[in-house]
Formats: sequence, C-alpha cells, structure tokens
Amino acid sequence: MTTLAGFLLVAALLFSIGLAGALTRRNAILVLIGIELMLNAANLNLIAFWRYGPHPEALTGMMFAIFSIAVAAAEAAVGLGLVISIHRHAHTTDLDLMNRMKG
Amino acid sequence: MNLVFYLLAALTMAGGLAAMLLKNTVHCALALTVAFAGLAMLYLDLDAQFAGFAQLLIYVGAVAILVVFAILLTKGSETPKDGVFSRTWLAGLAVAAAVFAVLAWSILQSVSRLSQAAQAPTVTVQQIGMALISRYVLPLEIVAVLLTVALIGAVIVAMHEKEGGAQ
Repeated sequence: MTTLAGFLLVAALLFSIGLAGALTRRNAILVLIGIELMLNAANLNLIAFWRYGPHPEALTGMMFAIFSIAVAAAEAAVGLGLVISIHRHAHTTDLDLMNRMKG
Repeated sequence: MNLVFYLLAALTMAGGLAAMLLKNTVHCALALTVAFAGLAMLYLDLDAQFAGFAQLLIYVGAVAILVVFAILLTKGSETPKDGVFSRTWLAGLAVAAAVFAVLAWSILQSVSRLSQAAQAPTVTVQQIGMALISRYVLPLEIVAVLLTVALIGAVIVAMHEKEGGAQ
C-alpha cells in the first residue's frame, strides 16, 4: 500500500466517523462537530493529493485546502450562532425535539 | 508509511471517535481538539507546513473555543436522560458504514494507479503569499467578504432580541 492510499484511508475513516456522528447524535452541537470532522477529512484528501500529485509546485490542492478551512470557519460560526438562537427560542438543543419550523 | 504516520493516524482517529462517542459534550469538544491537532500534524507530515499551522490556528485556536462557548451557552454539557444517540442511530450507523465501505473499496481498487512517493515539494510561505495575491486574488477577496458577512451574520443571529417576549 502506498503512502497516498494510507492517507486516503485515514481521511475516509475520519469522514465516516463524522458522518456517523452527524447522523446519530441528538445534540445539535455534536452534529456540527461531526460536520466539521467531515470537512477536515476532505481537507486531508486535498492536501494528500497535492503532496503526491503530479504538479505540487502549482499549489492548487494546498490553496483549495486553505480556502476550505476559511469557509469551514465561517460555517462553524454561523452554525453555532444558529444553535444558540434555537436554544433561546426552544430551550433545547435536542434535534429529536426540534420538529416545528414555527418559533 | 512510517511510524509517525501510524501514530498520528491513530491519534486523529481516537480523537474523532471520542468526540462522537463520549456522553459529556464538553469532553466531546476536548476530544475534537485532539482530532484537529492530529490532523494539523498529519498536514505537517505531508510537507504542508502553512496548511498545518493554519489548521492549528483556526481549528485548535478558534473553532474549538467557539464550540466550547456554544456548549456552555446552551447548557449542552448536561447529559440527557434518554441517551445521547437518536432513535434512528442504527440507520445512521449503517449509512456511515456503507459510505466507508464504498470509499475504502475504491481506494484499494485504485492503489496500483496512485502515484508512489513523489519528491517532497519545497514550498515557502513567500511562494504561497505570491500565489495568494496573484493567481488566487479573487478567491482571497471573496473569502474575506464571506468571513465578514458570516461573522456579522452569526452575531446577529445569536444576538438577544429586545422586542417581543424573548427575554
């Protein structure tokens, strides 16, 4: 097995862990954490392909990963703000109890 | 594949698994920090120094703190009485296992076509900076606007509403 395949397998496993968490946890913050893990697994893929790809000096994969990190930070801020707002209205972060769109 | 890679991969996996399995939400956030730090070290192992330190600054420094703040503001550290996993956890686990099976199968199928260890690229921060202000200047500006809008939006969404019954 090559080194690249090892990194890809690690990223696939991390993505699956994040997906399992996002699909099974009840707390909305934990679901966001799962989504963050999935985003990070994708970033690991991008950087691994940049490192072992044909033209690492073009910096394409690295730049994609850096911009992805920035967008993920924005996503985390908005997501956690939404969770706090929902908690203020519904007094819960349990996703199984959030079944109304009306506030 | 060396020992460093295996250690870092195990650390990252353990952090991710703990973040998704622990009962106390604050412990989950701390485990998430371990996973982020392990990922940053994996980036360093991949000779992506800039991305590794950006990961450390943004995720371990900012996002983890943000998650802890959100947990404390929503009293999320109290373990719910009826379990931390949703009623449909079996279906979620099956979906995740199926996704991993497909990904692992496709990676192992294409192992022979994946390139072998290439020469380690020598990328300086100066090169990255030059690329950011020349070829990638438009994405950089868009990300700047996006971050400003998202952070202002997050503050407005999470802000107390003065009118009405909401406190």
